[in-house]
Amino acid sequence: MILEPSQQERMEQVHLETDVLVIGGGGAGMYAAIAAADEGCNVILADRSLVGRGGATVMAQMTVAVAVGEQEPDHWQHHLEDTLAAGRGICDARLARLLCEDGPIRIREMDDWGVGWAREDGHIKQVHAPGHDRPRCVYVDFLNTGPAVSKTLRTKLSPLEQVRRIGELCIIDIVIEDGAAVGVVALHLPSNRIVTIAAGAVIIATGGLTRLYQRNSASANMAGDGYALALRAGAELLDMEFVQFFPIGHLAPRMIGMDPIMWDPFRYKLGGRLLNGAMEEFTEKYGQAETDGYVITRDLATYAITKEVEAGRGSPAGGAYLSFTHIPEADLRAAFGPVIDRLAENGIDLTKTPIEVAPIAHYHMGGVRVDDAMATRVQGLYAAGEVVGGANGANRLSGNAITEALVFGERAGRRAAAWALAGGGAAWSNSAAAGTIDLIRSAIPAGDSLNVAAAIVDLQHIMGELVGPFRDEAGLTEALSKIDRSRHRLGDRPFAAGGPFDVTELDWFDLRNMYLVAECVTRAALLRTESRGAHQREDHPEMQSGWQVNQIITLGDGGLNFASAPVMQEAA
Amino acid sequence: MDSSHTATLVIQRGAPGEQSREERHDVPFEPGQSVLDGLRWIRTHTDPSLAFRFACISANACKECMMQVDGKTAYACTARLVESDMTIAPLPNKALIRDLVTEIAPPGERLATVLGQGGLGEGDGK
Ligand SMILES: Cc1cc2nc3c(=O)[nH]c(=O)nc-3n(C[C@H](O)[C@H](O)[C@H](O)COP(=O)(O)OP(=O)(O)OC[C@H]3O[C@@H](n4cnc5c(N)ncnc54)[C@H](O)[C@@H]3O)c2cc1C
Ligand code: FES
Repeated sequence: MILEPSQQERMEQVHLETDVLVIGGGGAGMYAAIAAADEGCNVILADRSLVGRGGATVMAQMTVAVAVGEQEPDHWQHHLEDTLAAGRGICDARLARLLCEDGPIRIREMDDWGVGWAREDGHIKQVHAPGHDRPRCVYVDFLNTGPAVSKTLRTKLSPLEQVRRIGELCIIDIVIEDGAAVGVVALHLPSNRIVTIAAGAVIIATGGLTRLYQRNSASANMAGDGYALALRAGAELLDMEFVQFFPIGHLAPRMIGMDPIMWDPFRYKLGGRLLNGAMEEFTEKYGQAETDGYVITRDLATYAITKEVEAGRGSPAGGAYLSFTHIPEADLRAAFGPVIDRLAENGIDLTKTPIEVAPIAHYHMGGVRVDDAMATRVQGLYAAGEVVGGANGANRLSGNAITEALVFGERAGRRAAAWALAGGGAAWSNSAAAGTIDLIRSAIPAGDSLNVAAAIVDLQHIMGELVGPFRDEAGLTEALSKIDRSRHRLGDRPFAAGGPFDVTELDWFDLRNMYLVAECVTRAALLRTESRGAHQREDHPEMQSGWQVNQIITLGDGGLNFASAPVMQEAA
Repeated sequence: MDSSHTATLVIQRGAPGEQSREERHDVPFEPGQSVLDGLRWIRTHTDPSLAFRFACISANACKECMMQVDGKTAYACTARLVESDMTIAPLPNKALIRDLVTEIAPPGERLATVLGQGGLGEGDGK
């Protein structure tokens, strides 16, 4: 093969060294970096996008669940009981406990760092969210929780000399030597250079996988890299079949500059009516009428909307209508003044026309299997944030995700630091990194055979249509064979256009991860022949006590291996 | 493509050290769509090598999709697509990386800074 200029540039590979490497600069990754630095470590915090901007944390607009007991007396044990109940019997109680017990400490620490939790009469204000037994959810006005959390952590990080932040650095693989994580191989997007980083400990904080789905609330960086990195490194995943769908995600008309899950607070305050394509109320047919405001549960709403669409009674864009036309404009303004103006900029007048909504992939309960030190089974390899599985079992309570990111981030940072300071595992090894480097160097020019950007959209359709909130054996089997066929077309040599910011190459590496992670979700869903929480099998509608287990996935030479393991029931 | 429902994006492309070129791309027009929608349509339908930067897609949270739209600095995800020609170019006051991607990372977050190379400063790298 003739070397293109891009390939020649590739020669100037860069090598860096650090005590702790954090992959992903969301809430979990930033907190981990701060904690590891506090323990006296040098840290590199790498993000494929920009630190604090590329993931879910900055996009979150609602609330954070935590038993600070400012609104009403509360105790972390109450929060734990609610979390375990929502998780339908398969939470790892150690992780759930850590989330609930350390939550108040982290939330107060964030308060000290100036995040600005909304206050009322001198105390932090807490609101009630479904599934919680009392008002427990803190927030930052107005719809500013995620941006404020992100900004606070960024501000905290920037003066720390022990932390080197590197944006636009996409981690391709974790390097394993002698059974321990010793660093990573990465691609620096703006220069198209290969970067290797030797590290005493590595923390995966890459967030979730909802970009696998056609309808999602994800950013472009949420394609599940961390699960694939962990698998290839030899770590275990658990409960990958549990993807949380948000029932009334915004569908149409096109709306920009707003969170797709924004209709939830509208429904709390104003009710609103869910209507099918013929403008008829329909939820009663599925077991719950909407006569007294917003009472319908999330699973039922998701089910009812999905079924109406399947029966050909959906709205034009393929969802349901959500109508506030019966509510006087004055009431709309009183409840959501500034938001009403932003809707107007989008050409949306709620007094005149209903909007369209549909279930969208929003969060992932499953993920990397860790113990309560956030350690995987691979020495020196830790995980934190949404990428971790187990704390939320089969279903997550609203507000638990940000708490989880902060709490697990802090814990992972300290434990990874301790491991690194104690000498870590094996030393960095060029030969252990060679496989991934050779893979990157083996890139071939993208031909016309496969448009990688379109292949991502195809996969999102497969997942949305066949591995969505409602599943059955036929659909899941079809999805697997489609994923397999698409993956074949991707081949085993990367496509590259060459030169800086090579989006073709990035898409190729994204697809390499996405197919693997999609296979995990689909096969786990096929194996779990019951319905529990967010995993609903139409051919197995009941919850089975025999399935009160975690499904564990590992990657071997022959592909994925599945096993089940008893649930960690003891919180202590 | 029905020309009455088409937006034409006239896009400045190229990398540092290359002569930049203009490309015309027709994309289907639907009311309410953003320039980012149009750019993503081009990648999935006609040219997957077109480089632009975005993360949050339309929540306007990441602030990564800044570029020039009809001569003005804008977020591609909040700039509306219109049913006529629109010129799309990289930010003029930032170092060009490729096509519509410029160096917008804070200096403290750049690999070059970590390597002690100072790196591509604002405005150079042409
Ligand atoms: C629209 C939206 C609204 C939400 N609202 C709420 C809410 O109100 N309350 C709540 O509790 N939760 C909410 N959630 C969920 C919550 O925001 C997330 O679970 C949480 O922020 C995850 O934090 P994280 O640090 O684990 O991951 P993220 O914040 O997603 O960060 C992960 C980072 O990793 C980077 N990354 C990924 N792959 C790589 C790689 N290969 N190399 C380098 N970097 C990589 C990404 O660029 C990203 O910056 C919401 C989620 C969304 C999408
Ligand atoms: S894509 Fe995030 S602000 Fe435009």
